[in-house]
Amino acid sequence: MLAHIIQTLPQVIVDGLTLGVVYAVVAIGYTMVYGILELINFAHGEIFMSGAFIGTTVLLILSSVGFLSSVPAILAFIIIIVIASLATGFLGMGIERVAYRPLRSAPKLITLITAIGVSFLLQDIVRFIAELKTGNYIVSAPSLFNDKIHLKTSAILPQFGDALFKSSFLVVLIVAIIMLVALDFFVNRTKWGMAMRAVAQDRETASLMSINVNKVISVTFFVGSALGGATGVLFMIQYGTIDPYIGFILGIKAFTAAVLGGIGNIRGAMVGGLLIGFLEMFAAANLSTLTHGAFGAEYKDIFAFAILIAVLIFKPEGLFGKAVVEKV
Amino acid sequence: MRKLVDLFSQNKKAQLLLFIVYVAVTSLSLILAQQSVVAFLLLLFSILLLYFLKLNTKAKWIIGLLIVAVLIPFSASQGQAYESYMDVATLVGIYCAMALGLNIVVGFAGLLDLGFIAFFAVGAYTYGIFASAQASKFLHFGHFPLSGESFWIFILIGGIVAAIFGILLGIPVLRVKGDYLAIVTLGFGEIIRIIFNNLDHPINITNGSMGIASIAPPKIFGIVIANASQFYYVALAILLVVIYIVTRLEHSKIGRAWKAIRDNEIAGQAMGIPLVKTKLTAFAIGASFSGMMGVVFAAKQTYVDATSFTLLESTTVLVMVLLGGMGSVPGVILGAAVVTILNLQVLTEVSNWLNQLNTNGVISVPDALSPAKMQRFIFGLLLILFALYRPKGLIPAKNQKYDANKLKKSTTKSMYVEPQVSNDKKASGGSEI
Repeated sequence: MLAHIIQTLPQVIVDGLTLGVVYAVVAIGYTMVYGILELINFAHGEIFMSGAFIGTTVLLILSSVGFLSSVPAILAFIIIIVIASLATGFLGMGIERVAYRPLRSAPKLITLITAIGVSFLLQDIVRFIAELKTGNYIVSAPSLFNDKIHLKTSAILPQFGDALFKSSFLVVLIVAIIMLVALDFFVNRTKWGMAMRAVAQDRETASLMSINVNKVISVTFFVGSALGGATGVLFMIQYGTIDPYIGFILGIKAFTAAVLGGIGNIRGAMVGGLLIGFLEMFAAANLSTLTHGAFGAEYKDIFAFAILIAVLIFKPEGLFGKAVVEKV
Repeated sequence: MRKLVDLFSQNKKAQLLLFIVYVAVTSLSLILAQQSVVAFLLLLFSILLLYFLKLNTKAKWIIGLLIVAVLIPFSASQGQAYESYMDVATLVGIYCAMALGLNIVVGFAGLLDLGFIAFFAVGAYTYGIFASAQASKFLHFGHFPLSGESFWIFILIGGIVAAIFGILLGIPVLRVKGDYLAIVTLGFGEIIRIIFNNLDHPINITNGSMGIASIAPPKIFGIVIANASQFYYVALAILLVVIYIVTRLEHSKIGRAWKAIRDNEIAGQAMGIPLVKTKLTAFAIGASFSGMMGVVFAAKQTYVDATSFTLLESTTVLVMVLLGGMGSVPGVILGAAVVTILNLQVLTEVSNWLNQLNTNGVISVPDALSPAKMQRFIFGLLLILFALYRPKGLIPAKNQKYDANKLKKSTTKSMYVEPQVSNDKKASGGSEI
């Protein structure tokens, strides 16, 4: 049993890292919005999904005009990811403006309900656009990076098996890390980032310090959604097939990652995302061996949920969060 | 014109007369037209009109029961579409009872539960497993399937099992922040579905994605209740019991505590309301209603599988509550009826009609836009529009008016003074002694 686990470990690490960075970037979107508005933005998973679809559309258009064959894949990829993230960024801003801002002083229950409404609306709009254009709502994107890379991990330790991955893995990993570092810089080192942190801490005092609160909230939504959309493109590049409902389960897992890292804490969300990604891939590879075939990989989705419950019971403030005392 | 309307709204007799004419016309047209969906819907609509009539409550209840229990089944029974009408009416009853359960959680206690269908699934599987041959696959004692007479006990068992699940889920979540509840229940709904869909190994409990078939229909005094027209009365009876319980709960001590913590958690706590216990009670009672209706659903369909319990269903129930008016019992019943009929009758009828137009070549609507597929779009839009522009729903909740002097008189004998609830603010502010 142990031999099997060790043998699959390199592959688990590679897959877990891919999934983990995707979760991490999506989790940041949740954590930023929660930090600033104390609102669980249910539509964030759908923004991620819209990003994947916008990316696919651009990719299909580029390939149909023959642009794809004339430029290197990496350039096409950069164009796609920039367009998709700008579009989803504005989408996120629009959602905030239309659905959340009028309700900012309403009971939180009402805002949560609009959030779930927005998420349903986006799912169906994407569904029927995709179905109108292609006849099927499950869309497969042509792959940009196809080279298979064989990592000879068995050379390091004889017990290890080899890890196999597509070159898109490297692209996903590098882009996600760039995004994470850039975001960290943006929030902690720039003026806008400082304004964001100030609004998150105390909205009224921030507005007294001549910070335009509405604008800061808009920017937060823009940044969070743009990151989510870009991650959607990464997901599409890596996994190839997308459908309008991918955002839902992924959203729950990313939210779990945000809670695990301490909601409102951006670095916590990154660590949480990576942890959830690893655990899920580990479960998918080994659950059936560990339980002697009683439970198979189909239960991997339950892991994130079990972690969420466990965190809420034992450490509700998360790994890196501070316990908040409610003031009256 | 305005004067005339005013006069009419005061005149009881004229209203009653017009109402009787309306009911007579719609039921006659249902009898004569045989298969008219419109007449059927208009007849159902009379219940809503009845609600707004200026009669005393008892008279309204009697007339309403007469219409629902006698007139509707009778006029529908004249056409060939009898069973399908009764099927819709039965489902309206089931969804009304479920929406009333969710109303306790969302409307009274202010907790957003997005996985309500999970408890429905728990109830449905509880009955499904024991009332079919499924139980004999993992239990080696007793004789399964249990007979249809056990259905009546299983309504209670299903409710209790669902309540236990609700408490188990609620304990970790309700102790911390209320916002987490929404996403945890969302996840829970999905997890329950995955588990039920895969629990055919190592022990075959739910028969996996094959579902459980040939569930015993309920039986009473040796009569098997198998078709929709008979089930209609079962659903109606249960709905009446549920309405009774909910209205009693609403104005009870616990009901007032729910509303108090909904309006202001901290103020409620300061008034001595045990926060976690109160929330947990709301959660468990709501879940148990859902579980009970799950049992009825399983018995009615005689087949359960995991595909009937998706997030879409949970959201549908939420739309019912929000559309009708959170915390308002008549509103939620209206919301449930409207959404169920929209879902089962109107959308499919419109889709069929569009399909016909398509085949006749009048207009061409692509298949992707067929209304039956647009549930998510419609429900999402309804949620957003109602939350933005009419958060109190179609029939807003009213708080019971208390006469302060009467209350004082009735309680001077005892030391305890009832809280004096006259409007929202005071309800949240708690008692004035």
